Amino acid sequence: MIAEQKRTALLNPDATLNVDAIRRDFPLLAQKVHGHPLVYLDNAATSQKPRQVIQALVGYYEGYNANVHRAVHALGERATDQYEAARAKVAEFIGAADPAAVVFTRNATEAINLVALSWARHSLHEGDEIVLSEAEHHSNLVPWQLVAAETGARLRFIPITPSGELDLEQAERIIGGRTRLVATWHMSNVLGSIAPVRALANLAHAHGALMLVDGAQSVPHMPVNVADLDCDFLAFSAHKMLGPTGIGVLWARPEVLEHMEPVLGGGDMIRQVWLERATWNELPWRFEAGTPNIADAIAFGVAVDYLSALGMDRIQRHERDLVAYALDALSEVPGMTIYGPRNPNARGGVISFNLADIHPHDLGTILDHEGVAIRAGHHCCQPLMRRLGVPATARASFYLYNTPSEVDALVRGLYRAMEVFGNGRC
Amino acid sequence: MAAVDDLYRDILLDHHKNPRRYGRIEHPDVTVEGANPLCGDEMVLTMNVSNGRIRELRLESHGCSISRASGSMMAEAIEGRTLAQAKELVSAFKGMMMGKASAEDLPPELEDLEALEGVRSFPVRVKCALLAWNTLLEGLDAAEGAGRDGHH
Repeated sequence: MIAEQKRTALLNPDATLNVDAIRRDFPLLAQKVHGHPLVYLDNAATSQKPRQVIQALVGYYEGYNANVHRAVHALGERATDQYEAARAKVAEFIGAADPAAVVFTRNATEAINLVALSWARHSLHEGDEIVLSEAEHHSNLVPWQLVAAETGARLRFIPITPSGELDLEQAERIIGGRTRLVATWHMSNVLGSIAPVRALANLAHAHGALMLVDGAQSVPHMPVNVADLDCDFLAFSAHKMLGPTGIGVLWARPEVLEHMEPVLGGGDMIRQVWLERATWNELPWRFEAGTPNIADAIAFGVAVDYLSALGMDRIQRHERDLVAYALDALSEVPGMTIYGPRNPNARGGVISFNLADIHPHDLGTILDHEGVAIRAGHHCCQPLMRRLGVPATARASFYLYNTPSEVDALVRGLYRAMEVFGNGRC
Repeated sequence: MAAVDDLYRDILLDHHKNPRRYGRIEHPDVTVEGANPLCGDEMVLTMNVSNGRIRELRLESHGCSISRASGSMMAEAIEGRTLAQAKELVSAFKGMMMGKASAEDLPPELEDLEALEGVRSFPVRVKCALLAWNTLLEGLDAAEGAGRDGHH
């Protein structure tokens, strides 16, 4: 837990984020790129890491590196305690009553695949339906395509409204008696819109189906509570929320998780092993075969501490203010097309756009030379790109350390791109 | 001069805005699709080939300025050449982009392609410049295969 004194220093007297103080915790941000101060606006891809998280990795390897759940020596005990403490922190962070329902995975993708391989493959049959949206990240689309091919289940898709929001009215028509699973994003990594997942969970449950929430973009940026969402599965990644790469989470409702079969066999996931058979360990270790990613899990716990100390509601407010500012500033750029809802309260800190007919990759290169890092491409959402009728978009995404002056740098970079391409008349 | 101006040279922007040999042949001997799954760039190459010579070539491309300009320069340079000559030009161009050769090693009639030499300083964009040429390579292989099968 970061000390109270430190926490106070990271907040202003009015309880808004003290961004200058926060930025000092992120060593990477204080660098120049192509001669310009780095403006990092690719947070939806991965976030930067505060010194505390980096120090936790070093602290583990320098101080108590040992395997978990098996050693009787002091180092092993300390490593196990810290690893399980990280799990408890994550559980509390998402409002999960029982840490045993938090399974550590590599990332959100692996968490979704675990549900597909363990639950869906055994539970779904021909005629069953899996309901997704048209705007899923490939990680919440391709696993279900594989399940559908194997089980004969059918995929159905909730459309996106013209303003870029998930169409709840259509969802009410699509979710029905054949639905066994509804799986969708909480915050779209392209449109920034926030899906009405609680309403979808209610619809799913009314028809006896389960609800999976892809929280890869929401958990890092807003308060998320599994009890409030009333979902059955929640998947997210540490690296998008100040933590290291290589560690993610599947939270599942304990009574669902209890009936799921392991996918990977090996050490740690067993209770007893004979030559011909084995019995399974308790939750959550049943799903964590082999030596887990101990260091990164512990550092993830520290990332969660950092976010909790600031307060997810404050972080969300900070990003909302930035998005409101950025939407206004970007709208004034001639030739600008912004995708997703225009109301900052209906969205998170992700803005996808196109500028005249300058290809997003050209924008990305020119902005990079102004020190501004954005994402350009299909954002792992090729079907959504087809729906929007564009090959790709540029995307700026914000986090707790971004400032309005960085939005100004983005806008200046866009004018520079228009200059290179002849005022965008190309 | 900022490096970005070295990338976006006038001649490159001209090819991007006014791509040469753009479009599709209605009844082509060879059709090949090229795509870069990472960025979503897509192109369709159509050619008419007879007696081992590329009589007509059209390229339709959707992508960034680098991939479009490179495709336009490729189309202009390749139409009218024999399959063997085209293969030589592909390897000369790829050699330049991979840093194994300099633009001065290119045949003099390909001087427009020198404008793409600046792309070498932007490693992530090299694949954009290569897409049209790799697509052409597939087309040349298809044309050779068709030739062997006696279609032309």
